Amino acid sequence: MSENPTRSIEPSYLKYKGRYGGIFAWIFSTDHKRIGLLYLWSIMTFFIVGAILGLLMKMELISPGKNIMGPQTYNGFFTLHGIIMIFLIVIPGLPAVFGNFFLPIMIGAKDVAFPRLNLTSWWLYMFGALVVLTSQFTGGGPPDTGWTFYAPYSFQTPTNMLPAVTGAFILGFSSILTGLNFIVTIHRMRAPGMGWFKMPLFPWSLYATGWIQLIATPIVGVTLLMIIAERTLNIGFFDPSLGGDPILYQHLFWIYSHPAVYIMILPAMGAISEIIPTFARKTIFGYKAIIASTVAIAFVGYFVWGHHMFTSGMSGVALYTFSILTFLVAIPSAIKVFNWVSTMHKASINLQTPFYWAVSFIFVFMIGGFSGLVLGALATNVHLHDTHFVVAHFHFIVFGGTGFAFLGAMHYWFPKVFGRKYDAGWANIGWLTFFIGFITLYGPMFYLGIAGMPRRYYDYVEVFHGGNIISSFGSIILIAGIAIVITNLVKSAISGEKADQNPWGGITLEWKVPSPPPLENFDEIPHVTRGPYDYS
Amino acid sequence: MEQTSGNPHIHRDDEASKIGMWLFIFTEMLLFGGLFIVYSIYRYLHPVAFELAADELDVLVGTANTVILLVSSMTIAMSVTAMQKGNKKLTLALLGATLFLALAFLVNKYFEWGSKISYGLYPGSERLHEFGHGDTLFFGLYYFMTGLHALHIIIGVVIISAVMYRVHKEMVHPTKYALLENTGLYWHLVDLIWIFLFPLFYLVT
Ligand SMILES: [Cu+2]
Repeated sequence: MSENPTRSIEPSYLKYKGRYGGIFAWIFSTDHKRIGLLYLWSIMTFFIVGAILGLLMKMELISPGKNIMGPQTYNGFFTLHGIIMIFLIVIPGLPAVFGNFFLPIMIGAKDVAFPRLNLTSWWLYMFGALVVLTSQFTGGGPPDTGWTFYAPYSFQTPTNMLPAVTGAFILGFSSILTGLNFIVTIHRMRAPGMGWFKMPLFPWSLYATGWIQLIATPIVGVTLLMIIAERTLNIGFFDPSLGGDPILYQHLFWIYSHPAVYIMILPAMGAISEIIPTFARKTIFGYKAIIASTVAIAFVGYFVWGHHMFTSGMSGVALYTFSILTFLVAIPSAIKVFNWVSTMHKASINLQTPFYWAVSFIFVFMIGGFSGLVLGALATNVHLHDTHFVVAHFHFIVFGGTGFAFLGAMHYWFPKVFGRKYDAGWANIGWLTFFIGFITLYGPMFYLGIAGMPRRYYDYVEVFHGGNIISSFGSIILIAGIAIVITNLVKSAISGEKADQNPWGGITLEWKVPSPPPLENFDEIPHVTRGPYDYS
Repeated sequence: MEQTSGNPHIHRDDEASKIGMWLFIFTEMLLFGGLFIVYSIYRYLHPVAFELAADELDVLVGTANTVILLVSSMTIAMSVTAMQKGNKKLTLALLGATLFLALAFLVNKYFEWGSKISYGLYPGSERLHEFGHGDTLFFGLYYFMTGLHALHIIIGVVIISAVMYRVHKEMVHPTKYALLENTGLYWHLVDLIWIFLFPLFYLVT
């Protein structure tokens, strides 16, 4: 598309003057791009808090015995670390930041279907976050149940559970509204000519994610309400002394929380599917297979929640049904990996930072996925349940999967979002430090788990000392990597070199608007005639 | 309503808002769906206690509330038709009738709960404790599910009042009434959930 001279007159979304000035021009803006950035800044702030909590826990574990905190503080730390990382960061994660910013642009629309609802989602998110955080400073002290709020402890502990659970409920509501908004946007606002199979893969992944958000979140919402009622009114849903069944809580919780893993990982896979063809400068291999596997993951992902409960007590039939379904869900994930690798095959690859993040994503995601099969198998699960192996698997998938894809997407779309280039040298150093730190931190946990080290304890016996030293050392490298990446991005966003409209030679629609995009994205809604990755 | 800072013209798509509303209704059904699962599991575990406990509930009050909600669903549906026909007065009257019926439902509910509570049937009470686990769970579910439903009625009252104000100010008018239609959808949902709650708690014995 040729440069349109009238374009330069349109102010970018960062610059235009609205009704309000200063910070109000952001927090009351219904522009999807500004809302995306609101989420970006909020998520980044919470992430720094959550990462520091993680670092402090690793410092506690650097040697046996009490180093910097006692058991109760440690319990509070892993609970808050989990709540922040799960509910405030990876669940909103890519959809809230990049979905908001790029979904409308990539499908050729001026905004999402319900801009005001979109802003409401962000406000609900901030409100929920505030409610969650008040639990730390009021009442009976920081919650200590872990992010899963397992019954019956969650209504027996004297710590301040109510705000934590209420906040999680509000955050769930925010997530539902975002999903709803995206689904309607995709149904109603695709540019003329953009049929379902001309839609890029990131919007596709947001579509599947939206459905998971809609279908799974209400169940955990009502479950959290039940916990609230249990604590305040003594109702007895999950209290054995009143006839309730705590295992039922676990079922209801995981019916949501397993699909929630796909809320985190599907958009990550979507972003990777954008990055790889752009830097391979080649059509993505098996476009429709990737879509089919996205939908298959979203669907099968509903029926595997029991794999979190193999040791909780279930019938034999339930056990092996959940186990085999868990194995099945690995197939579509593997299909995607084959597709990405085949896309790179015989391509003349443009080696840039986003591409490094994308390939390292595939690497850590595969380790996370394979270790998931180890946990999904009934016999090994009994041995590994509630050990550090689970912690390692979980972080490889959720932090490795979502985190690497998020930062890959961040570097990939950085020039578009801020209209500036990041410093490539520091970006690569940051990526390498992050990657080494990540492997050093979480790799030894597989070994520690197999050796039998349980999770969620501030202390351990001497046998586990060696692995923990390496792991804690890795956490320092990882924090250094995070610091380099964030500092570099923030600095470049403020004073980086000006970026072109299309620095990577991408061909999806976001590369056909100026960097940064103007308020309404397009002067004229584009008419789509070619496939999204048609490099021919 | 707050104005948008930025977007000079909000794009309008009634079809989109209707799809959005249907999706929202879908999530609401799943929210109650979780509770129906809990109900059926505990009913399966305590069949006799659930039967006996259901006898404690007043079928007459329940039936009255069912009729009230069904009629109110009708009046709100008629208000949409009245709006399509351009009859503002009738629209307002029918919305007023819906509002009145909603309040009648709540009053009924208030007396029903009140009599149960004065009889000592409430979560954590001595009497329920004597009755045993089955009754404790039945009444726990009864208060929680009908309470959550009543909360939806209260939200409905607020929304219907807001719509009446907007119809009155002609912000909702015969060429732009998606808000009224969506309110109707929401109200039908509230009605529908009651249609499931009523037999489960009052009739199945
Ligand atoms: Cu799972």
